[in-house]
Amino acid sequence: MSAVLRALLLALGLALGAAAHAQPAGDASPLRFRDGAEEARFHRLTAELRCVMCQNQSLADSNAQIAHDMRREVLALMRQGHGDADIKRFLVERYGEFVLYRPAVDTHTWLLWFGPGLVLLGGGLAVWRIVRRRAAAARGAASDDGEQEW
Amino acid sequence: MTAPQDTPQNAPRPPGLPPVAIVIGALFFLGLVGLMLYGVLRSGDADRDVLPSALIGKPAPQFALPVLHDPSVRFGSADLRGAPYVLNVWGSWCAACRDEHPVLTAFAQTKRVRVVGYNWKDEPADALRWLERFGNPFFVVVADQEGRHALDWGVAGAPETFLVDGAGIVRWKHTGPLTEQVVRGQLLPALEQAERAR
Amino acid sequence: MLPELGQVLLVLALLVALLQSVLPLAGAQRGNAAWMAVARPAAHAQLLLLAGAFAILTWAFVSQDFSVKYVAENSNSLLPMIYRYSAVWGAHEGSLLLWTLVLALWTSAVARFSRALPQPVVARVLGVMGVVAAGFLAFLIFTSNPFARLLPAAAEGRDLNPLLQDPGLIIHPPMLYAGYVGFAVPFAFAIAALLDGRIDARWLRWTRPWTNIAWAFLTVGIALGSWWAYYELGWGGWWFWDPVENASFMPWLVGAALIHSQAVTEKRGSFPGWTLLLAIAAFSLSLLGAFLVRSGVLTSVHSFAADPSRGLFILAFLCVVIGASLLLYALRAGRLEAGAAFQAASRETLLLLNNLLLASACAMVLLGTLYPLLADALGMGKISVGPPYFGLLFFVLMAPLVALVPFGPLARWQREQPSRLAAALLPWLGVAAGLGVAAYFTAPQGAWKTALGVAGAAWVGLGTLRFAWGRLRNSGRMTAEMWGMVLAHLGIAVFLAGALLVEAQNVQREVALRPGQTLEVGRHAFVFEGVEQVQGPNYLADRGRVRVLRDDRPLALLHPEKRAYASGGQVMTEVGLLPGLAGDVYVALGEPLGGDAWAVRVHIKPFVRWVWAGALLMALGGLVAAADRRFRRQPEKAA
Repeated sequence: MSAVLRALLLALGLALGAAAHAQPAGDASPLRFRDGAEEARFHRLTAELRCVMCQNQSLADSNAQIAHDMRREVLALMRQGHGDADIKRFLVERYGEFVLYRPAVDTHTWLLWFGPGLVLLGGGLAVWRIVRRRAAAARGAASDDGEQEW
Repeated sequence: MTAPQDTPQNAPRPPGLPPVAIVIGALFFLGLVGLMLYGVLRSGDADRDVLPSALIGKPAPQFALPVLHDPSVRFGSADLRGAPYVLNVWGSWCAACRDEHPVLTAFAQTKRVRVVGYNWKDEPADALRWLERFGNPFFVVVADQEGRHALDWGVAGAPETFLVDGAGIVRWKHTGPLTEQVVRGQLLPALEQAERAR
Repeated sequence: MLPELGQVLLVLALLVALLQSVLPLAGAQRGNAAWMAVARPAAHAQLLLLAGAFAILTWAFVSQDFSVKYVAENSNSLLPMIYRYSAVWGAHEGSLLLWTLVLALWTSAVARFSRALPQPVVARVLGVMGVVAAGFLAFLIFTSNPFARLLPAAAEGRDLNPLLQDPGLIIHPPMLYAGYVGFAVPFAFAIAALLDGRIDARWLRWTRPWTNIAWAFLTVGIALGSWWAYYELGWGGWWFWDPVENASFMPWLVGAALIHSQAVTEKRGSFPGWTLLLAIAAFSLSLLGAFLVRSGVLTSVHSFAADPSRGLFILAFLCVVIGASLLLYALRAGRLEAGAAFQAASRETLLLLNNLLLASACAMVLLGTLYPLLADALGMGKISVGPPYFGLLFFVLMAPLVALVPFGPLARWQREQPSRLAAALLPWLGVAAGLGVAAYFTAPQGAWKTALGVAGAAWVGLGTLRFAWGRLRNSGRMTAEMWGMVLAHLGIAVFLAGALLVEAQNVQREVALRPGQTLEVGRHAFVFEGVEQVQGPNYLADRGRVRVLRDDRPLALLHPEKRAYASGGQVMTEVGLLPGLAGDVYVALGEPLGGDAWAVRVHIKPFVRWVWAGALLMALGGLVAAADRRFRRQPEKAA
């Protein structure tokens, strides 16, 4: 019974799961790492890369076949001695900047990287001016050093 | 204000909102609304999420892959130089490739340009069977079983179609199944441009 | 028949909302008591009508009425009963109905508990809430009707998204909406104050508990979403800075600033302009969040199905409400009294810094979330902005805030001596730094993050406890407000420790295992015993057996699953989870690899529960503070 049901479900799944942009079924075996350091570096690097076939998932987390392939490629490049920046550039050349979860710091992303700093500076300036103005008014004014409501 | 320790000299006259703040606030609000409007209007586009190719205007990747029908022979970019060609990434496991097959076949039959099949991550036996069953529109089919070279092309899934000109520069890419509109409206004009540039 | 009645109830609710907004607002403007008196009964009537509509939709799900299009799209004959209830808010139309119901609940509560407020204030507050309700009801009726029929009726429903068939997802949306919608109360109050041209401390005292409770709900809602994503999505993370997550986080940040700002304005009369602006901003961000999620503007695993006409409707509504509020603010805020003077070293300054840092963090999240869209609009191609950006900048902006937290409660108003604060807190700074150093040298990995997490958490925790100790020693008395603050700030400490420690110390491995093989990770060993097939109510699962040992002693037997749902063939990962206060053990099945080997993914996540424990403490603190007696003090009868 369960075999038939499984076959039915599988058929149903294949029929309904076929997307307009399909992924092959392929080798999904996990990558083997030489040591802890390599594994840690790999995880750090792939967490900063984006799966090109998913809604919003990192290369480290995605199960799409293209993500498997890309991970294999990243590990191969790591073992060839390429640095993280090189590997990122390799992928950007082929897939565009979309593949970077940490956007490049460039003329077209200066607003992104420095905007919050500008907001903080501008706000800080406003706060400073407010405090200065109030402090000036407070000089010589009566203050209550006694009991304050918390 | 009802704080008891307020005396007239303690409570400064409210200065009113600084005009700078109002201007910045208004600009920010209008900018945000404009951006949201753009986003909403674009959200209806079917290809809003399609990743544009990073290779447009750049040389196509060099490759030499085994031919599907005769794995002892290798065929690649070197053999294709001199005239434009269309590269179609497909697999027997890909349902949408079946959908675009009639359109692709009709286009290939016009013999306007060489249509190269790029069989991606497929079992050769399955691929051959698929071509036998549905027809082979391709000038030649190369097989990339491991998928290594597809990464160089920036392939994310199938079907994908590229147009490369005679000098080996990628001119156009389409993600997803080809339709007659796409062929007529995008592929043919791009092909004309590529041929003229020679 | 019933669904048509549901539609009628919705239309009636819209009419009542219009009455609730137009008459009281006009009445407050003209001093017409009869018109103002319409507000309270209208609010209660709206609640009754929407509760009725919601009950009808629930009944349609429970009775599996597939002639209703929304039910057919989100339910299935195999769907277990409990999920039939939560499927009501599983997709766009129903969740929007939930939004309006929650708004009606809050409005009715405001109508019930506002005896102490003068009638024009109540009329204005309820009137503004009525405007919001009218907008949402119009959106519901004209573009997203949950009661639309599907004729001929479907024989079988399409099923509730399997991702949503989960207990966590049952309460996550209601909590979230309670928070989002709750911010409508301080918002309505801010509009009322601006319309009136003044802001009275007594009225602020009335608003504060509402803001606290709304914020507490939002905190719980966000924490639930994070916890759910952790155990359901299978990749072991608890926050991804996904656009929809960010959409809920922005009002939270501004809401936190609002809570503090309202306290200052109520007690000292200072910064009324900032408080009103924050109140407008908090609710505006709630509306913006609702827009981003439902309009299809942003792609995310999380967003509801998109439809440009819906997006345009909400955008128009957003523009009108937010634009009008900001315009009113620009015109009227200048009239507000600025409040007493204060020295640079004072609690007032600390409050301003608090607002600045939280607002900057919110601006950063907004910028990062919208930047890909902006880049696309300006033709700069497709850019991604993800956790590396958000995590880094959030840390940079929050670090100064964390450093300042212990100073706030201890500092006096108006004029404080920095040396006094330093004397009280410096020893604890030393202890925290010492603990940080100790952590740095004893951490097996991620030494810097571990040290920062321990030091930061210790600093906030000890500083907060120092305040409580000082209070209890001096006056022996702490108000509920103070207890709330202590709990919430301790929550920050617990959260900080959890977040940084789990990021620094988490270990993950993925290997191929055959039955009988063992994977060793540190002190833990995972024995893979194989996979069997199990039939669920509406799915077929591959159920794994993984025995977990720690220090060679058996710890647990975990059952990670891969479920194929009958309705759509979707495959879901169910994680095998062993929770613990000191850390979780987390096992997920990958793909079958042929033979009987499987890819198995294993995570050790130290202190991850502290993330949600901290959030719950913060929410609890908000609720406890709201219960303070000062808010129930009967105000003197003044004009």
